[in-house]
Amino acid sequence: MGRHRHTVTLTINGETHDLAVEPRRTLLDALRDDVSLTGTKKVCDMGNCGACTVLVEGQAMYSCLLLAVDCQGLSVTTIEGLGHDGQLDPIQRAFIEADAFQCGFCTPGQVMSLRGLLDATPSPSDEQIERAVTGNLCRCGAYLHIIDAGRRAVVLDREAKEVRDVHVAG
Amino acid sequence: MSTWQVERQEGEDGEVTLSVAEGTPLSPWDAGAALRIVGTPRTRLEGVEKVTGSAQYAYDVRLAGQLYAGILRSPHPHARLTRVDTTAAAALPGVHAVISLADAPDIDWYDDSKLFDPTLRFAGDEVAAVAAEDEDIVADALRLVVAEYEPLPFAIDIVAALAPGATPIHEGGNVESEKTYERGDVEAGLRAADVTFDRVLTTQTAIHHSLEPHGCTVAWEGEGVTVWESTQSIFDVRQQVAEKLGLGESQVRVIKQHMGGGFGSKQIVWKQTVIAALLAKRSGRPVQLMLDREGESLAVGNRNPTRQRLRLGATADGTLTAIDVTIHQAIGAHSAGGEGSNTAGLYQTLYACPNVRTSQTGVYTNTGPAVAFRAPGYVEAAFALETGMDDLARQLGMDPLALRLTNYTGDDQSKEMPFSQPDGLRACYEKATVAFGWGETIEQPAESHRRRGVGIAAHHWVGGAGDPPGYAWVKLNPDGRADIITGTQDIGTGTRTGLAMVAAEELGFTLDQVTFHLGDTALGPYAPVSSGSATMATIGPAIRAAAAEAKAELLAAAAAFLEEPVERLSVRDGLIRVAGEPEDRATPVAAVTGSMSPHMIQTQGARGGNPEDVSIQTFGVQCAEVEVDTRTGEVTILRVVAAHDCGRIINPTTVDSQVIGGVTQGIGFALTEERVVDAATGIVLNANLEEYKVPTVSDIPGIQNVHVGIPDLKANPTGSKGIGEPPLIPTAPAIANAVFDAVGVRFYDLPLSRSRVVDALAARERQGMPA
Repeated sequence: MGRHRHTVTLTINGETHDLAVEPRRTLLDALRDDVSLTGTKKVCDMGNCGACTVLVEGQAMYSCLLLAVDCQGLSVTTIEGLGHDGQLDPIQRAFIEADAFQCGFCTPGQVMSLRGLLDATPSPSDEQIERAVTGNLCRCGAYLHIIDAGRRAVVLDREAKEVRDVHVAG
Repeated sequence: MSTWQVERQEGEDGEVTLSVAEGTPLSPWDAGAALRIVGTPRTRLEGVEKVTGSAQYAYDVRLAGQLYAGILRSPHPHARLTRVDTTAAAALPGVHAVISLADAPDIDWYDDSKLFDPTLRFAGDEVAAVAAEDEDIVADALRLVVAEYEPLPFAIDIVAALAPGATPIHEGGNVESEKTYERGDVEAGLRAADVTFDRVLTTQTAIHHSLEPHGCTVAWEGEGVTVWESTQSIFDVRQQVAEKLGLGESQVRVIKQHMGGGFGSKQIVWKQTVIAALLAKRSGRPVQLMLDREGESLAVGNRNPTRQRLRLGATADGTLTAIDVTIHQAIGAHSAGGEGSNTAGLYQTLYACPNVRTSQTGVYTNTGPAVAFRAPGYVEAAFALETGMDDLARQLGMDPLALRLTNYTGDDQSKEMPFSQPDGLRACYEKATVAFGWGETIEQPAESHRRRGVGIAAHHWVGGAGDPPGYAWVKLNPDGRADIITGTQDIGTGTRTGLAMVAAEELGFTLDQVTFHLGDTALGPYAPVSSGSATMATIGPAIRAAAAEAKAELLAAAAAFLEEPVERLSVRDGLIRVAGEPEDRATPVAAVTGSMSPHMIQTQGARGGNPEDVSIQTFGVQCAEVEVDTRTGEVTILRVVAAHDCGRIINPTTVDSQVIGGVTQGIGFALTEERVVDAATGIVLNANLEEYKVPTVSDIPGIQNVHVGIPDLKANPTGSKGIGEPPLIPTAPAIANAVFDAVGVRFYDLPLSRSRVVDALAARERQGMPA
């Protein structure tokens, strides 16, 4: 092809992937098209909407604003990487319970933004929950329920963590 | 049992059509019906798929050898394409197919235009398309297309398009359509009035901005083609793709399991679907063509901007004597089709008034084609009419609620028949105003630049009734579970869940004994487009009919199995019960269905016709409280209370989400959303989500949905009507009226942007009026 491709090694949801990508390939396109992880959504492709949010080294980031080659050696978590042992992540459960989506297209990004928040701040204020998803647009207008889901997730997350701690201690 | 009648009709041109009347007579679930599932809050059946990212949208289809595609669009609002050369693009490594005017098949599109037309009528019109191995190569290839244009004079708004000597956008000029309606004598009504309102009001162009763009993935197999499309109507896509490509309907299969928003814009077939099919044919590979955000902003629909001159008259006691409106709406460069934007409808129907005249003119402009956007026409009309009503109330010294109740009607005056639910709107007024505390004094902040106010607005909506045809199948499996199959689609509204609840209710099953299937033209029976808030009211009765028949057969089988008379049997919670026998002797459905295996109970239900002696409408009322910062012009919404009559509420959870979502979009329409077109160049300046401002989480206040929930027993056997579109209709006028209440300045143009508000406040100050 004559196209200049770089090999980049990413850890995606705990698995190592070697990808041959052009330097201009965004992390978003690499995830969706090279690894077929289509849970991460492409909407604006310019950092306006948050639908492509993933965790990079545990931080919520817009994957459309990152180049895959700049993520060499980094750990990426996508919506497909949440949940343990066949169980939904507490945030995912909270979204279902709170009916925090309609079409669902923004949902993976919303969930990942909140995952990033709760990993760093297990007991956030309402303001911190709002702040965490303020960069995630929802055109169906589920915002009130998304905030509700965030609040529920704090409780569910704590309970899930306690269960895990008991298992570890046991 | 269902009925089926067919009647031959011959048109003047000799063309024969057969009209079909069918349906299953069912007694409606009346207000006293003991329903166990319908009416209870349920989370969505597809919840796990959506929160785990496994829900497959059109954008997520990944096929072996799949190519990606993109479209080159006109940079000019009006031009003749004098040359297009795709040679260099086609030669780029990784490119597998190109298409343009130079080599496209002759396929008619829009009124008098072609799939690739030599005349480009808006900035964003399709010029060429390519399919390549990845999206970056697509972008490179599009830059290599050589296109030369001869710019033509253009008109981007109503005034310019109707000006003498304006460039004709189509042969025959720039008037696309004209509709008039009249009852009584508006001039006499205005002469009889003690107070009048006479203003020109305008509403802006809004963009749907579904987060999943329009687009599809297409794969050919022999002469047949499968289309995974982000659409509100799989069967319309099937019909249109077949027609445009010269195929039979059965050669086209359309699949849509999940869709990232549509709001009306995905109810018709746009060019990219056929372009993708042609690229897939040429390349011999599957092709995915999803629009980018710019294309999404330019070429696949918008809410038509309006200019409405409204005259109202009322006597001193508040009785309306005249409603006279002259509406112009810019439909863009083409008539795109789909649900019409009936802006005149609200004026004809919402209030009792003997003298009404409406005139509605569609105007071509050199901008992207308009298409239905959630309650098309009614959102635009509600801003104008409800602003005018608020003004009349002020002039009369009447409470705006009292003025509305004074002009209440239980009749559809344009159809000269009663509403199917004549008290629906009255219930909305009561529920909304009680919950809001309408009439109570609101507290003003200490700072004098922060002023609060309240506003109210009402609406009816022509949609929500549902219509035939629409079908569903029920299959009772040997394991005692039911498959419910229909060719409708869930456009994000909770259709799967609500319809599964209807099925489970009628069968007497638990909800988890029901598996729901939709969204595939090859595997399900026909259902119409999901538009007009119609899906629940169209398909719900069909599902109830199929389930009722399946239950009758199940009980007959159970009677044989249990050796009991069928009259003593019933099904509840998935168990067959014998009247008078203890609960613990109930028989699982599986015992009966398993014993007849491999025979199975399989039934079809058809949507019957609507009653002809009533007018089925939906209604709503919203109240808003706002705070205006008089220094910056910022309007902050403090709270909105909504009450909507959608008949029986099937699933309160998803109805709440629909209402909250509609109000959220209404807040965007009221305050921030506007497509901006540069007058000098005809270019859209904010074709992205950076500068086109949709509401964010931080813009949304408390929104309370007060359930009305009166079953509409005349409408259909479920008593349920649609709720999809209505919640957006009264939001903007309720907000605008609240802004007037707060600062005493009336706004006749949307949106209430900060600059518009601050300019108006400054102008008033210059006129020396008290702040």
